[in-house]
Parts: sequence; C-alpha cells; structure tokens
Amino acid sequence: MLEKALVGGKRYWTWVFFLLAVVGIGFITYLQQFKLGLGITGLSRDVSWGLYIGQFTFLVGVAASAVMLVIPYYLHDFKKFGKIVILGEFLAVSAVTMCILFIFVDMGQPMRIMNVVLHPTPNSIMFWDSVVLGGYLTLNIIIGWATLHADKKGTKPASWVKPLIYLSIPWAVSIHTVTAFLYAGLPGRHFWLSAIMAARFLASAFAGGPALLIILALIVRKFTKFDPGREPIQAIGKIVTYAMIANVFFLLLEVFTAVYSSIPGHTHPFKYLYLGLEGHAKLVPLMWTSSILAIVSLVLLIFPSIRRNESMLALACIALFVSLWIDKGFGLIIGGFVPNMFEKVTEYWPTLPETIITISVWAVGFLVLTILYKVAVSVREETAGIELEH
Amino acid sequence: MSMDRREFLKIAGFSTIGIGVGWILSRPGEFLEASQFLQTKELLKAKQWAMVVDMRRFKTEEDYRKVIDACHKIHNVPDFGNPKDEIKWIWADTFEHAFPGQENEFMPESMKHKPFILLCNHCENPPCVRVCPTKATFKRKDGITMQDLHRCIGCRYCMAACPFGARSFNYRDPRPAIKEPNPEYPTRMIGVVEKCTFCEERLAKGQIPACVEASNGALTFGDIADPNSEVRRLLNTNYTIRRKAELGTRPVVYYILDIPTSVVSGGESNA
Amino acid sequence: MYDGGKILVGIVIFVLFAAFPFYNNIGKVSAKPEPKLDTPVIQQLSEKKCVEPKDFMRAEHMQLLNNWRDFAIREGKRVYINSEGKEFKISLQNTCMNCHSNKKEFCDKCHNYAAVKPYCWTCHIEPKEKQL
Repeated sequence: MLEKALVGGKRYWTWVFFLLAVVGIGFITYLQQFKLGLGITGLSRDVSWGLYIGQFTFLVGVAASAVMLVIPYYLHDFKKFGKIVILGEFLAVSAVTMCILFIFVDMGQPMRIMNVVLHPTPNSIMFWDSVVLGGYLTLNIIIGWATLHADKKGTKPASWVKPLIYLSIPWAVSIHTVTAFLYAGLPGRHFWLSAIMAARFLASAFAGGPALLIILALIVRKFTKFDPGREPIQAIGKIVTYAMIANVFFLLLEVFTAVYSSIPGHTHPFKYLYLGLEGHAKLVPLMWTSSILAIVSLVLLIFPSIRRNESMLALACIALFVSLWIDKGFGLIIGGFVPNMFEKVTEYWPTLPETIITISVWAVGFLVLTILYKVAVSVREETAGIELEH
Repeated sequence: MSMDRREFLKIAGFSTIGIGVGWILSRPGEFLEASQFLQTKELLKAKQWAMVVDMRRFKTEEDYRKVIDACHKIHNVPDFGNPKDEIKWIWADTFEHAFPGQENEFMPESMKHKPFILLCNHCENPPCVRVCPTKATFKRKDGITMQDLHRCIGCRYCMAACPFGARSFNYRDPRPAIKEPNPEYPTRMIGVVEKCTFCEERLAKGQIPACVEASNGALTFGDIADPNSEVRRLLNTNYTIRRKAELGTRPVVYYILDIPTSVVSGGESNA
Repeated sequence: MYDGGKILVGIVIFVLFAAFPFYNNIGKVSAKPEPKLDTPVIQQLSEKKCVEPKDFMRAEHMQLLNNWRDFAIREGKRVYINSEGKEFKISLQNTCMNCHSNKKEFCDKCHNYAAVKPYCWTCHIEPKEKQL
C-alpha cells in the first residue's frame, strides 16, 4: 500500500519537499549539537530539561489520544468512527515517532541509547517509558496497517488483530501514566510531586490529541475526496469538551492545593509561572496566553450551538491545542525546575538552534503523518461508499 | 520447494529478529575471570562512608578555597566562568540556600549569610540511583553513590531527581576549561553527568578524600556504621543537621552549626 | 524487460558507488603498522613483558580494557592478576600509558591503520610525548 504515497499531485509533492527541507536544516543543526554538546541549547545546570522534553511529554499525550476513537468504535460499537479511527491510529504512530526523536536529541550521549536495553533497569521509570512507547508504536503500526489493508481488499481484518486492538486501549493509558510517573515520583520537585499528575496528563491528552485530530480531519476533507463525515467530527468535539473541562479542573485543583496550603515549595513554581518570582517573569506572558486560550476554547466548546458550527469548532480546537501546547509542552517542565533546589531562580529560554531542531522534529512527524494519511486517504477514496466492517 | 514472496519475507523478518536477539544474548559478559580481580591492599573499607562538616572551623575565605580547590584540581573539574555550564563537585552556598525553609528572618546575620560547604550527600536511599535507566549511577558496597561515566547516556534524569543539586552535566567539552589538568585523573566528555565520588580513587590508595585532607580538621570522614568511628563520635557529642532530611533520601553529610558564642550564653561549650 | 535501460543505468551507478572504497584506494600502499615499544620505561624493564602475552594483547586488549574498566569502576577492584599470577594496578592512564607513553607510535598507528577510533582519549589524558 505504501506505493500510494509515491503518487500524488503537485500540492502533495510541494508539501513533502517543504517538510524534507525543514528536516534537512534541522539535521544540519543537530550535527552541530552532536559535535558541540547540549551547550548550544538554553539548558543549564539548574534547568536541565527544557523544550525537547516538554515536546516529548506533550506528544505522548497526542499519541495516547488515539484511544478516544478506539474505545467508542471497538468497545461501544459506535459505527460512525469506522472511517476516522485509522486517522487516530496513524496520528499516534507519527506522535510516538516524534517522542522518540525528542528523547534522542535531548540525550548527551545519543550513541549509547542501546544501553537502556543492554542494561535494563526495572526501578527506573525511564526504562518503562521506553518499553511502553516502543510497544505502543509497534501496536499502532500493526493495527493501522492490518485494518487498512483489510479495508482495501473489502474483507475483515485477520482474527489476531482484535486482541491487539483491545490491548492497545490499556496500553495507551499506560504510556501517559508512565510518562507522568517520570515526574511525579521525584523527591524535592514539589511542582511535579502530585498524585493527580497522571490523571491530569490523561485529561489534557484526551483534549489535545482529539482536538488536533479534528483539525486534521477538516484539512483532509478540504484537500482530498475523503470525507470523514460531519457526525464523527461532532462526536470527537464532545470528547474534547469533556476532557478539557476535566483538564482545567485538575489544574485548578493543583493551584488550590498550592495556594491554600501556602507551603513555599508548592507555591513558588506557580508564582514563577503566573506572576513572576524575585523579578523573573519570562514565562508569565506565555502562561497567561495559555490560560486565556483555554477559557476561549471552553466557551466555544461548551455551548452546543457554537460547537456545531464547524469553523467555530475548528477555532476552538486550535485555541485549545495551543493552550495545552504551552501549558504541557513548556510550562510544566520549566515549572519543575524553577526555583531550583537551592530556592534560587535561574530562567530558561530556548536558543535558536534548539528551536530549529524542535521544529524539524515536528517536520519529521508531519512527514510521517502525511505519508500515512496519504495511504489511508487513497484507500478510502477507492472504497468510498462501501460500509466498513471491522 | 516453492515459496511465495509473503512466505519469504516472513522467514527473512523472523530470522533478522532472531539474529538480533541472539547477538544480544550471546554477547560476552565477563571476558576475564572474576577471580583475576582484587581490591587494592591499601583500600580503606566501610559499610557506609559519611562526612561531618564542622562549620565552626570555616572562618576565612581561604578555609573554603583550599577545600574546594583540593577537589577540583585533582579531579580536573573545569571552570567555564558562567553559571549555565557550571560544573561543581564541592562548593559553598549560604544557609538559606543550603537549607531552604529552615531559615528565619531573625537568625544571626553571621549564620544566615555564612556559606556552607555543599557536596553530594551519598544518600543511603538515593533517588539518582533509583531513576538512572542504565545503572550508570549505582550504590557501591561501601555506600558511595558512584557514577560510571562510560555508561551514562546523558538523559539527566538524575539531575531532575537529586534534591541537593549535586549533579552537573557536561554541556560543553570540559578540556579547554581545565587550567592545569592532573595527568593522573581522567577528564570527562561532553554529554555525561558527573559529581563528587568521595574520592573513591584515593580510598583505593589508602588515602582519605582530598577535601578532608585539605580541610585542617573541618571535615571528618569515616564509617557511619562503625560506632567507634570519628564521625560517630562527632555525631554523639554535637547537634548536627542534614540537608532536606525530610525527603527520606537519608543523606550522610552532617553539619555542625556555627552558633555564635553569645547565643550559647554561658552554656556548656560544645568543643 | 520493462525499463531495461533505466535498470542498467541504475545498476552501473550502484556498482560504481559500492565499489568506491576499492578503486579509490588502488595504488595506495599502506605499510603494515609496526607499533613501537621503545619508550624509556620499557627500556628499563628487566623483562620486557606486558600484563599478558603479546599475541593475547594484540588480539584482545580491547576486551581486557573493557573488563578492567568494569571491575575498577563498578566493583571497586583495582588490582589485576595476570595469567602468571603477577599483580598490576588497573589504570589505563597510570599503568598502561606509563609504559606505552608513546601513544602516537603505539596506539594510533594500528588504530589509524584499522580505521578504528576508540574514544578513550576524550576523557583519559594521554601522556605528554617528547618532541622528536
């Protein structure tokens, strides 16, 4: 089926070559980082994780969100997701690919990455994260490919696919839970030391991922002959709404615990992020942008009359996605490091090379997504009008 | 024998996986016999090495400098001259930064702003060891929290996990930033995390850590599991505190505070 | 044959590309490396022997060094007993390079010839060599 990605119009190839160019620029920049070390980033002794790990965390959420389509379709027999579920699975493949790349570019000694496998360490959450992410990537490639292949031939997928699909449901939850545990189990990092971290991660994932999927579905409809359908998009819109309400609620719970208890270690990161601490306030405008966008998206989503308008829904999804991207892909990581272990404030801001590498990892993700969606859409265009039976 | 393309690809795929797994399993573990390796005769032994820092004995800038220099010189610790890339094994910081949350606004000025000697706490329950995905950081039998720089992948999870800020990452090539390299000790490469090792290379030669040796008695090093050790004697006869003991990492670097004599009004001397 | 011309051109390009190392090196003779052993410290040894026999060291020194490294760092065992029962302090910088203080003539010669780049020296400080 991959050959379908090799046939396309001018617009398709322009987009592919644009992405390849961005990847190329990023690769050259990465070579520089490889040679000179992570010193070319904005990271420091005090803020030792930054944009790369933030993007990784955010994208694990996007990957996990495929389950929001898989559960209704396979567990509740919600037939309307039949055509669109593949878009979710392929989005997960692309997101996990980016996750792995972000981990890779963040490593000081990337050539030693196999040490994680050669010296397996079950007490390290990072070891488990590599296990669950690798497993989830494999699961989604197999499931996506097998079901699409069956659709193409107009048959049912092989019988061994179903158990894998059921397995992928708890597995999706596990990837984001384990990622939350990376942070939530560290003594001395008060901002992260919260039992609700995993729940908050899942809520934000189930809002952000499907929001991106709605945007992608609308793009697919605009540029191809494949129409995911109005009803599935509206159904995902509802999922996004509930998940975002839960996410904002969880964030407010964190704020309450910190502010009302007034324990310095718990309040300082929030003060730094939203008000500024000891005259340092680099992240304040960003965090408030995130908050305002979250409110805007909620207003647009909560009222069904607004949500039913697809352009308003798209607008809400973009606002929500950007809001979560700032909150989880940036603020959440930096807030854990500021103030530092000595209650001193060292600020962090990504450098230009760091930003270029980040953008180019996203370009790799979009490239993978473009190719997979091209294949899926081509198959769907051929089988248009045929009801799917999984 | 007939084989279709599908069958061929299946066999080829599984063979590749098989060869890969086989290679990993068949990798030689120990090439030489374990019996060919011994500890040095001079090695100083302990169940859990520990340190007592007597802050009463740090008076002049010189007292701090000689302790820090002794370590940083022999271990080829670079000096980049900027806090972003900074690498430190042992350093000094004020009470409020060393013991955040313990300070109060009315404490003696001399105490509040007095720099404390800080280093890796060689915790008995170290979070850095717990989180390391490759066992590059591990606990030695003598309680030293040790770092295998040959295995470190530079993920910096240990830096996020250490509540004491004891770990530094090589953001840049350290070599140009080492003024007088010690030819007997290695430097580090970019992309690995490093920290104090309680001078395990000196213990193997029967020597105490360099900072202790240079401290003129201000630092005391010994086995905390041995009731007759000097560190235990100091802990028995002085009031000591540890950094962030409430986190349960069980640090083994203890501090005797420098309480101004005017405060210990006529009380028993704690010498 | 469909597209026969294209396939042939493709094969020719592939062969030219794959054979590049061969024709690029035609006519370039590289002498077999002879690592030098004449350092002042070795000259003074009554018995000029390494920690293990020459043939063993030539073939297996990297495994030996890997084991030395793991035992020294991970087990804290810094003494090595060789096949003759003699003891050596485990240290690349202070034992190996004490005798083989001529890194360029000893290590680099073979490593360059075999095009291997061990990264030992990014951390372990190589001995200062006398200007010849």
